[in-house]
Amino acid sequence: MTKIITDVVCPFCGTLCDDLEVAVSDDGEEILEVYNACAIGATKFLHSQAKDRITRPRMKQEDGSWKEVTYDDAVDYTANLLVDAKKPLMYGWSSTSCPAQGVGSEIGEEVCACMDNTATVCHGSTLIAVQDVGVPSATLGEIANRADRVVFWGGCNPAHAHPRHMSRYSIFPRGFFTGKGSKSRKMIVVDPRKTDTAKMADVHLQLEQGRDYELLSAIRVAIRGEELPDFVAGIPKEEIYETAETLKSGRFTVIFFGMGVTHSLGKNHNIDIAIMVTRDLNDYTKAAIVAMRGGHYNVTGSGQVWGGWQFGFPFCLDLTRGFARYNPGDSSSNDLLVRDEVDAVFVLGSDPPGAHFPVRSVKKIAQLPSVCIDPHITPPTSAVSKMHVPVAFVGVEVGGCAYRMDNVPIETRKVVEPPEGMLTDEEFLQKVLDRVRELKGGQHNHDRVSHQKWFCLRLFRGGLTETKWMSLSKTARSSMQAMSQSRPSLMPLA
Amino acid sequence: MAAIQINLISGRTIQQGVSMEGGKEKLAYRDACGILELDDAEFKRLGCFKNTNVRVSSEFGSVVVKAIGATQGPHPGLGWIPMGPWANAVVDPNTYSTGMPTFKGTPVTVEVAEEETVLDAIALITEECL
Amino acid sequence: MTVMAAGVDVHAHVAGPKVNTGRNFRPEDKLFNTTAGSGLKRMEGGFSVPTVLRTAYLYARMGFGFSMEAAMPPLYARHTHEEIRDTPPIIDQGALPVFGNNWFVLEYLKENEIENTAAYIAWLLNQTKGFGIKCVNPGGTESWGWGMNCETVDDVVPYFDVTPPRQIVSGLIAANEYLGLPHCMHVHGNSLGEPGNYEITLDTLKIAEDFKPQNDFGREVVLHNTHLQFHCYGGESYASKSFESKSKEVVNYINSVDNISYDLGVVTLDETTTMTADGPFEHHLSHMNNLKWANTDVELETGSGIVPFIYNPKTFIAGAQWAVGLECGLFIKDPMRAYITTDAPNAGPLCRYPRVYKWLMSAKARDDMLDNTLKYGDKIRERCYIGELDREISLYELAMMTRAGPAKTLGLSHMFGSLKPGLEGDVAVYPYNPETDTDDPEKIEYAFGNAAYLIKGGKLIVNEGEIVDMGNKRTFWVNATVNDNPMVERDISEKFRRYYTVTQNNYTVEGEHYVRNPYVIEVDATK
Repeated sequence: MTKIITDVVCPFCGTLCDDLEVAVSDDGEEILEVYNACAIGATKFLHSQAKDRITRPRMKQEDGSWKEVTYDDAVDYTANLLVDAKKPLMYGWSSTSCPAQGVGSEIGEEVCACMDNTATVCHGSTLIAVQDVGVPSATLGEIANRADRVVFWGGCNPAHAHPRHMSRYSIFPRGFFTGKGSKSRKMIVVDPRKTDTAKMADVHLQLEQGRDYELLSAIRVAIRGEELPDFVAGIPKEEIYETAETLKSGRFTVIFFGMGVTHSLGKNHNIDIAIMVTRDLNDYTKAAIVAMRGGHYNVTGSGQVWGGWQFGFPFCLDLTRGFARYNPGDSSSNDLLVRDEVDAVFVLGSDPPGAHFPVRSVKKIAQLPSVCIDPHITPPTSAVSKMHVPVAFVGVEVGGCAYRMDNVPIETRKVVEPPEGMLTDEEFLQKVLDRVRELKGGQHNHDRVSHQKWFCLRLFRGGLTETKWMSLSKTARSSMQAMSQSRPSLMPLA
Repeated sequence: MAAIQINLISGRTIQQGVSMEGGKEKLAYRDACGILELDDAEFKRLGCFKNTNVRVSSEFGSVVVKAIGATQGPHPGLGWIPMGPWANAVVDPNTYSTGMPTFKGTPVTVEVAEEETVLDAIALITEECL
Repeated sequence: MTVMAAGVDVHAHVAGPKVNTGRNFRPEDKLFNTTAGSGLKRMEGGFSVPTVLRTAYLYARMGFGFSMEAAMPPLYARHTHEEIRDTPPIIDQGALPVFGNNWFVLEYLKENEIENTAAYIAWLLNQTKGFGIKCVNPGGTESWGWGMNCETVDDVVPYFDVTPPRQIVSGLIAANEYLGLPHCMHVHGNSLGEPGNYEITLDTLKIAEDFKPQNDFGREVVLHNTHLQFHCYGGESYASKSFESKSKEVVNYINSVDNISYDLGVVTLDETTTMTADGPFEHHLSHMNNLKWANTDVELETGSGIVPFIYNPKTFIAGAQWAVGLECGLFIKDPMRAYITTDAPNAGPLCRYPRVYKWLMSAKARDDMLDNTLKYGDKIRERCYIGELDREISLYELAMMTRAGPAKTLGLSHMFGSLKPGLEGDVAVYPYNPETDTDDPEKIEYAFGNAAYLIKGGKLIVNEGEIVDMGNKRTFWVNATVNDNPMVERDISEKFRRYYTVTQNNYTVEGEHYVRNPYVIEVDATK
């Protein structure tokens, strides 16, 4: 006997499909089949059933082997790690629920951490661009019901990265004003490769890699009907004029963009100008732009929790001075790691070595005390961490709110029980928070003074670590100190 | 044998996603992500057959992957490694004050390395870091 | 010391998706004003769009006990409730879902089906844990789905073309009274901020003439016109030779009837962040100041836009807007129907409430602004009515305009807004001596921004200016019961099946995570 659970939300990508059906065994303990999901989503549900799953925290021994420990030990280790660190980095937060992110924010505040989410290697450039020029957007349903011009720009390959996006939202749905489905839409793909998405398109502009800014700029020129050179980014001007005309003549144009633009040189400026194209188009028709966010299903949510209501900044949070600061390039995880600025690493809901940190940053994590909180069996992060804490899978074994790529909040569902005795990440974090407060002697607020003193010291020392500082000659040290003092802008606020 | 210069980009593939959720420690993940997709012309320049192990090196690092024919091409002059530890071993980590490493558009050298093996994810990271 | 019931805010944007987008896309709003936690307080930041922590601390400092989030897109109701939950529990909150561009409403009202509209509204309030009916730019935001707008009450909405705003507003009032909800229909009319829009405002207000309040909550009005200041403009452009104030005309009309209330929406001459479900207006605004523009259209329901805005006292128009807002507060005959707001953060940040009180309570403070701060003070005296007004709002009138009145129009006068026995025991004490502190208007601003004591539900929250307890927030929502309506049920399931991108079962907001401590007001409309 099986029972079918309907309206299940898929906790893989930012598309957050919510129409999955999952067949579970009668005792509600085993997932037998997953319907309606894409290949990746189905695998995620089934992975939680793996027989070799690790269900208790483990600590790495001197010889590199793992030793099982209790959750209480793990809580204690994690809390001590964070409290003892002068400047811990708390990274990830994207494959977990908003309530867990909320508790994590409180821990970060207590221990004066640097906090960053996976946007830092994904759509961080987009967040910066939105802060530059705004973002005219729409929910995905608005696009399904109205859009008749659909552009996938810059490495945006939903056929692979968001497999059900085109069928649910962008190309195939028969919406209220788009009754003919894909026949009522014109699809344009801009990508340096002939991707599987590009193969379906009405028009594929195969531009030279890294020339997105030039091509977008040319489209703005073409929209205004001004002169273009014969080729821009390898695309003949006739095609650019034609594309501009197609975009202008739609009733509702939407531009989706991916990591081809966020990762290439130019970074946020590539997106600035894509947004400006959208703004321009609104003078002729209706246009919206949507970032194809969410290789992790709730990266958008962590930006909402921090970026909005808790701290006011969506990523690259520096709480070390007791109040929130934000400066990508300075307070971003890869820069912090590479510059040796953090002295402990806490990872939850992401896998920086496996997923997206360049090796230079991963090496730094390996040299630092670190803890990795991840439900997967052996996430690569655990290879460089001293402590691996497995937790229940959000969206499979515990519910919780997540935000779709268009910021629509959806409550994920619990489908089966987690293995006996396993904690959810929210429960684990709550225990860590309680322990952190205990370690600090019941004082609600962190002793920020010591942190600030340490921070001043670092500033006076040109941002160098203790070891590097001591390795300098005495003259070099005093001249650097003098230099720092002559630049009052670097002085910490009183 | 020849070494060739190409422009490296990375990103998601569905195989990468499926094998990642199946378990990054498994060989399926290596087979999905420890690859370099090249156009036919590139194989000619390299002087080898498809499915040969190659060493990809940039000024930021070096890694062995299996060179395969482009599945989503043609894309002359471009090499493609799906996102994962293999791509991360060679990409440009500079953020130019944006916080975002320059994952796409890293100039790399590719040379045949038939004798070398493609490591699995855990082994690769362990070797790099420990 | 001055003792009043705790304040009741009838209209402020303090939680929800557009407020959060405002925070998110304006890091500059936090520049030089992020502060570390101290005592019970956590770290906080932000000026015009503060973090939820600062919002609650601000309300406590200003002696407020209840705040109504002014516009909740139903599809984003979870987001609004998550923010309300994370707002420190000092303040009770509720939220108004928006209905003025909702496809169900447009389709039912096309056929004048009030009963079906009411049944749908009851269902949506229950699904989103909403408090009442908000209507923003009726028809206009739906038109904005195609890049158009509805500028008058008789413009037609594309596709839904037989449903002009006139029908939407009157239909929503009818549905509101059919259900007997505690709050009345809460409208932001068409053509907000346009010179010459006062006629459209009067047209909208006159729709209320056909209706009488029907409810068990002591509410006496059927229509609340929010941020009236933005709707009282005459002339044809923003230039000083054309623009003029029409606040007297509009408020005189309101004085002549008894079933309309409004709030002021006073411009405070700050750099702020405008945000509204009026998508086309924000697009228009972004063309005026060329600053960054965010927009989100919400499937089947509504839209919204956000643009930073600088009300520069060196320009004529910002000064004139400032004057119009204050005039709206000074022309009123019955202060129980005019409430002091800044439409936070649209006309000014939340933290400026005490400054608005100062201007309303002191002609000297207003003259000082006109003579010394505003560059075009004389022009403003000429084009607006501010120069002829020497009225000064008394403390009793202030209590009506910030507590008793809003509580009454929200249908909460049995809980909040006055000091008579039997209420919730929400009391604020301000360091203001009405006998001796009248000499300096600055003392007003200081006192009302620095409550000495705040008692909420009988519990001491602020003691000698320090927050000593975080209170126990309640989220207010209205559960209206209607007779079974199979047709509406079928329409709902059909729309979810075909046009929504979430399933109907995933739409419902429920559970402790969203509404931790609900206060449910039951309304029975089955009779």
